[in-house]
Amino acid sequence: MEIPYTIQPRPDTGTYNAKIGMWLFLASEVMLFGGLFSSYILLRVGAPADTWPHGWLNVPLGTINTALLSLSAITTLLAWVACKTKNYGRFKLCHGLTLLLAVTFLGIKAYEYRDKFLHYEVRLTDGRIADGHLEEKSKDFDLAKKTGEVVLHGRIVGSQAELMTHGKAADMKEIKVAAADIKRMQNYGPWHNTYLAIYFVLTGLHALHIIGGILIIGYYWGPGSAMWFTNHELFTNRIEVSGLFWHFVDLVWIFLFPVLYLM
Amino acid sequence: MSLKAFHLVFVTAMSSLTFGCALWRFAVGDALFGSLAAAAGVGVIIYGILFLKKLKHVSFL
Repeated sequence: MEIPYTIQPRPDTGTYNAKIGMWLFLASEVMLFGGLFSSYILLRVGAPADTWPHGWLNVPLGTINTALLSLSAITTLLAWVACKTKNYGRFKLCHGLTLLLAVTFLGIKAYEYRDKFLHYEVRLTDGRIADGHLEEKSKDFDLAKKTGEVVLHGRIVGSQAELMTHGKAADMKEIKVAAADIKRMQNYGPWHNTYLAIYFVLTGLHALHIIGGILIIGYYWGPGSAMWFTNHELFTNRIEVSGLFWHFVDLVWIFLFPVLYLM
Repeated sequence: MSLKAFHLVFVTAMSSLTFGCALWRFAVGDALFGSLAAAAGVGVIIYGILFLKKLKHVSFL
């Protein structure tokens, strides 16, 4: 049995079925991300003064990632144009570049995540807080037994409110803290506070969409590209539909970047 | 809505972001990055015009 309207437009909708299906899927995605964006706004607006962090994220890296995804939207479009003009070499080049840009985006995101997981807030027994990147942990370090020490590269502050803004690079120094002086020690994972929880949820969900996009684009760049020669019109439609998904993922990042990194 | 129309939405969002960043940097007195962001915004608009010219025979639907 032949599936109808995979190439020709359906008379009542004016377009082929896969495109309608993708738009319905994207509508559900808008609701998913819209709910999470609303959660972020409500959490931020409802946060008491001096409890919402500013400047915790690396703006230059975020800017580079924005540029990478913007370029990948262009290369996706160019790949679709190459399909329409039947230029196989250009299609392979543009889709390959999209893959490269997407993988680089994920690499930078992974570096940012690693940076957060290596950043520790150490509450000391005297009430002060040591905050910074974990440089070294002595072999005998055991917080429960109160043995050993940790070395952080960061700063010591008197209150939680002082941690809400990122310290100046000049104020950062090497801090040695003995386990006996530590009351509580926690890294900047999603469990650390509300801001990091919503940050990891939003960017993590976005990263999952990037991985999904890489799988789809990678398939049509690699083994799936055989369809170029057997059913070119269907292949062009599939590239357009995957391009719609990729543009949605890029558009989500264009909202995520200012909200999380700049505001 | 075709990929061409969605790409136009993307270009609009991108130019809004770059000009928004330019305004923000100028407001905090950072003329260098403000100018860079504004230049990027102009670049995005020029790209948008070129892309529309190149794909004028492709449907928005």
